[in-house]
Amino acid sequence: MDFELLIGIFPQVFLDGLILGFMYALIALGYTMVYGVLEFINFAHSEIFVVGAFVGVEILLTFQAAGLLELFSPFLVLLVVLLLGMLASGLLAVTVERVAYRPLRGAPRLIPLISAIGVSFFLQDAVRLVESVWRNAFNLVYPTMDTLNIRFSFTETIDVSVKSLVVIVASLLMLWGLHALVNRTRIGTAIRAVAEDQAAASLMGISVNRIISLTFLIGGAMGGAAGVLFGVQYSLINPYTGFIPGLKAFTAAVLGGIGNIPGAMLGGLVLGLLEAFAASYLSLLTGGAFGAEYKDIFAFSILILILIFRPKGLLGEVVRERA
Amino acid sequence: MRTVRLRYLLLALAALALVLPVTSLTDAQSKGTIKIATQSPLSGGQAALGEGIKLGTQLAIEKLKGPIEKLGFKVELVPFDDQAKPDVGVANAANVLADKDILVVVGHLNSGVAIPSSEKYKEAQLAMISPANTNPTVTDRNYLNITRVCGRDDVQGVVGAEFAKTTLKAKSAYVIHDKTTYGQGVAEFFKADAEKKGIKVLGFEGTEEKSNFDPIITPMKAKNPDLIYFGGIYDQAAPFFKQAREKGVKAQFMGPDGMDSSDLTKIAGKAVQGMYYTSVAGPVSVYPAAKEFAKQYKEKFKKDPEPFAAQAYDSAAIGLKAIETAIKASGGKVPSREQVSVAVRKTKHTGLTGTVEFDEKGDPKKALYFVLQVASDDPTKWGDNKEVKRLSIAAPPLKKKP
Repeated sequence: MDFELLIGIFPQVFLDGLILGFMYALIALGYTMVYGVLEFINFAHSEIFVVGAFVGVEILLTFQAAGLLELFSPFLVLLVVLLLGMLASGLLAVTVERVAYRPLRGAPRLIPLISAIGVSFFLQDAVRLVESVWRNAFNLVYPTMDTLNIRFSFTETIDVSVKSLVVIVASLLMLWGLHALVNRTRIGTAIRAVAEDQAAASLMGISVNRIISLTFLIGGAMGGAAGVLFGVQYSLINPYTGFIPGLKAFTAAVLGGIGNIPGAMLGGLVLGLLEAFAASYLSLLTGGAFGAEYKDIFAFSILILILIFRPKGLLGEVVRERA
Repeated sequence: MRTVRLRYLLLALAALALVLPVTSLTDAQSKGTIKIATQSPLSGGQAALGEGIKLGTQLAIEKLKGPIEKLGFKVELVPFDDQAKPDVGVANAANVLADKDILVVVGHLNSGVAIPSSEKYKEAQLAMISPANTNPTVTDRNYLNITRVCGRDDVQGVVGAEFAKTTLKAKSAYVIHDKTTYGQGVAEFFKADAEKKGIKVLGFEGTEEKSNFDPIITPMKAKNPDLIYFGGIYDQAAPFFKQAREKGVKAQFMGPDGMDSSDLTKIAGKAVQGMYYTSVAGPVSVYPAAKEFAKQYKEKFKKDPEPFAAQAYDSAAIGLKAIETAIKASGGKVPSREQVSVAVRKTKHTGLTGTVEFDEKGDPKKALYFVLQVASDDPTKWGDNKEVKRLSIAAPPLKKKP
């Protein structure tokens, strides 16, 4: 019976992993874009992600309180929430860069890193403070929208809900859009130029500060979108929700080759799938000796193995060595 | 420059002179201050329950401090926030010990926090009276200073398994726990007894995950159990149950007293309507003596008492009574912490939740266990949860070391 079960749940686990992976990929883009341009790790990005999730839930709760949730198509509502969440997170990321990173741009690389950790703590508790004053709540729940919970069943054990499809489609669209933006537009060319050489780019008439702000805006917006999608998919958020997904997404960025945009997507997907398969199969395969709680150990062991053989990450060699 | 500094100094002295006589006057009237500390999570995901413990204690002190004040002491509450984290609880415990006026601690909410923190209290034989800690280890260490007013998980797990077998007629179960001392403990007791009773346990998983339960739910759904038991606390159980229902899991849900908060329905809504949970603390409505308490609590704090608030009230009442006895025994002077601990153990108290009397290791001689059913998906109706079953069971005796 066990063998049948193992095969039977495979597609479902694959789907679970894919959704998680897209989520990681969207967050990982924020890390990787900033690293690509500034060569520093923006540890506050996990909080940018959470702020997106909180803006999303606040808008949805306001809609719900006003009775607007039933009036409009849930997809339209979701689109509005997604855009506003992206806007809020993007602007926050730009502000953080302006306030906490730009004054330190000439400093040794560890200094902005410390600043980023500080911003991360600050934002966590700022969100907590605002929510406890505003709603007297720590955990916030995304309102249930019935249309999004409809499930398409393929077999007895395999099905997919509308919101999972929304997550996948939205992620794909955004990843594709970002790829096109960076590779096919003048702005993208400018971003890549600043990433390669700030001084030369500025000699060519590119405003380096504006491009860096833009990078933070785009990375933050992706993080905010991931926050809203995370809330829609898993429903419960609190001010500290971002820490673990942020850490995993950072890992995904490193796995894919940090600074490399397709790498971040690939890294996110690989990590999400590894995690889902480990969590679902470990206890089945070991007869309960190793349970789902070992999923991270398993996923990270594989990761270490990959990095031993490919120290620059899966797609790392695409990144040009800095002189 | 010099004169300016001198002026500030004079100003400070004048201010001191104004303040000093006042404090010395009040000191003359009172022999000192006795403090009762609470330790419970006041922030974070479990703050709803933790605050109930603090407010229950606060109400008890306000209502019952009379006898001690007559003996010439002021009584104060010192609330600590243990954040449901063992390290924070232990750090707070060190602060509690340092304040020599604290003679009783009411707390904690989480067994995993209570156990290491109580090792600290043990150093000074400071009495800890627990309104909510159900893990057997809390009292099985046989410490003089550790007492609880509630039941135990080795009984609670059995009560749950018994209910699953006889009333729900479950043939198979899937057990999830949160890897804490409390959650894993009660889940293991449930599992062991369920297996003994012939319920097939299809899986036993621990997880610290708070948001994404997909990878646990998928194999669980494929195995199609009759019952899912979650050993843990509502802030983690609620999203789990919600996601499981959304993914089409049809099993009956069940859990221990960690489910007992209106936040469970606030988060999980319809998914948990009709689910069962066992508890060592019934809703206030099942205790006739607690009616007045519920009214006063609502008037004062503008909300209904959370579970364990009445137990905290009783714990504080026992503490106050023991302090009074100890003051009298030591001839009107401040008693030592050890004297208070001894007095707590000897106290027999009839409070809101019934009459409590302690056995030699600090468990109540008989504790009540309830099986409750979630009545509605509306969190404001949490108080309407129906009592399905009530049992009065004695605590298992201390196992003598071989």
